[in-house]
Amino acid sequence: MPSRKIIVSTPMEILRCFSPERLADVLAIAARCATSRMMSDTILEISGLTKVYAGGTKALDNVDLSIRKGEIFALLGPNGAGKTTLIGAVCGIVRPSSGTITAFGHDLSNDWRKARARIGLVPQELSTDMFETVWRAVSYSRGLFGHPPDKARIEEILRSLSLWEKKDSQIRELSGGMKRRVLIAKALAHEPELLFLDEPTAGVDVELRKGMWEQISALRERGTTIILTTHYIEEAELMADRVGIIRGGKILMVDDKAAMMKRMGTTEAVFQLAEPLSELPASIAEFPVSLTDDGKELCYRGGDGSGSGSEQVAALTKALIAAGIDYRGIDIHDSSLEDIFVDLVSAREEETA
Amino acid sequence: MAFNIRGAWSIYQRELMRALRTAFQSILSPVLTTSLYFVVFGTVIGGRMEPVDGVAYGAFIIPGLLMLTLLGETTSNSSFGIYMPRFTGTIYELLSAPVGVAETLIGFVGAAATKGLILAAIILGTATLFVDYEIKYPLAAIGYIMLVAASFSLFGFILGIWADSFEKLGIIPLLILTPLTFLGGTFYSIDDLPGIWSTIAYANPIAFLVSGLRWTFYGTSDVSIWVSLGLTLGFLALCTGIIAFIFKTGWRLRE
Repeated sequence: MPSRKIIVSTPMEILRCFSPERLADVLAIAARCATSRMMSDTILEISGLTKVYAGGTKALDNVDLSIRKGEIFALLGPNGAGKTTLIGAVCGIVRPSSGTITAFGHDLSNDWRKARARIGLVPQELSTDMFETVWRAVSYSRGLFGHPPDKARIEEILRSLSLWEKKDSQIRELSGGMKRRVLIAKALAHEPELLFLDEPTAGVDVELRKGMWEQISALRERGTTIILTTHYIEEAELMADRVGIIRGGKILMVDDKAAMMKRMGTTEAVFQLAEPLSELPASIAEFPVSLTDDGKELCYRGGDGSGSGSEQVAALTKALIAAGIDYRGIDIHDSSLEDIFVDLVSAREEETA
Repeated sequence: MAFNIRGAWSIYQRELMRALRTAFQSILSPVLTTSLYFVVFGTVIGGRMEPVDGVAYGAFIIPGLLMLTLLGETTSNSSFGIYMPRFTGTIYELLSAPVGVAETLIGFVGAAATKGLILAAIILGTATLFVDYEIKYPLAAIGYIMLVAASFSLFGFILGIWADSFEKLGIIPLLILTPLTFLGGTFYSIDDLPGIWSTIAYANPIAFLVSGLRWTFYGTSDVSIWVSLGLTLGFLALCTGIIAFIFKTGWRLRE
């Protein structure tokens, strides 16, 4: 849509704003902003998505998911959980067996051209045309998605991914980390509003992984909605606004990361007692604690992901001193998204077993 | 966006660039092969042959040799063009892009057909070094070459989607196309074949193609140009239909 800028800097111009045609402009823009905010709240809507492969494998089982504009959504799951199939179904690589996918208000089963022009995909595999130069590969991607050539834009993308010096190199000459960045550059060449990153940091060393995280944050700053799959929980914990946990083709849980941490997170503190205890005094027993290792250890488990656990542990230490119970050491840690994930996945396993 | 013309153009450009990158293989090797045919059949053997249908033997074999190279090259070019992305996994980009069957075909097949035309020009240029010839209907010849190049690019495209190994990719051109072209009147007029063999030869569709091209060159042919033209157009339509079906069902493209 054409953008008409209204720049107001002087009192006269403010007055001029109220001239009928200006006022119409202002109202039109305001209305557009309002409707676009309402409409764009959900950028991708998946409902009842099922995929059964020719061999009979059910890779996706009645998946419902909606993605909000501007968020980073991490899809977390073990290998073979259906993450890549889910991405493939949205991006047109996998044909869904049933269910509907709506992106930007376009139904992907018939209005796919318009939707796909606004979606970018960075695949998990390092699949590139090895003999192509970086510059040509990225320019090709831009054209393929229907955009006119724009050297300045491609230069900007290559520079932001530290690929500018390599622009004339054939892709086969690049290192693995660089190849992955070429794939990202290709996916960004058509300025997608929704970007899928399938295991963006798989097989990437720690240094590069940090760089990748910075780049993903920078993309979000620009307003790109990002869906990433990962099995590095650290990644999801660091980057994501919301986390979805997928296993066996089913979405087990979708929640704000903070809410999930708060709801399911705990603090664990283990006190090594100087003298073994057989029972706890009342002032200590009111804490969520238990004696383990034949009374040689006092184990606290409580709180939530918001930090209330560590406050309680501090109170517990004072109570122990007051009760005259001595201890030689404290081992304290907060559960991570990883613990939550492992708990959740193993709990479901027990359920189904 | 109803039709992504930039997408089609990007594919077309890239495929042509790919040919330039492998210019030695794409252009020089057919030139060399054709030159060898001219030296052996045109000059050495051809010098002892009677003219066929009033055309000197060296000139008579030009349309057939052209067809031989054209069919082989456009088929393999186009089949490689789509097979390689499937093999290396880069096809993900094409599948996720806003391009449909029309853009894909215009890109891949258009490029393969263009390469076919360039190749034909090079072969005809090479031929002038060995034999004297004149093309009776140059425009018809160009049109017919384009038509054949487009048809066999489509055929190659189907082949590249069907093949799931390099072996399968090479087997059709090697075991079917090349023998049929050799037996399709490249080096002789089908009517000169003895008895039953000439009838059998007419079961070979390539014979009609060679005959059609020969008509545009010399005005003489084994079968009417309209039969050849009709057959070529029919083949073009068939291949287009198959490809449209492949895209609709996603066969071998989308899981």
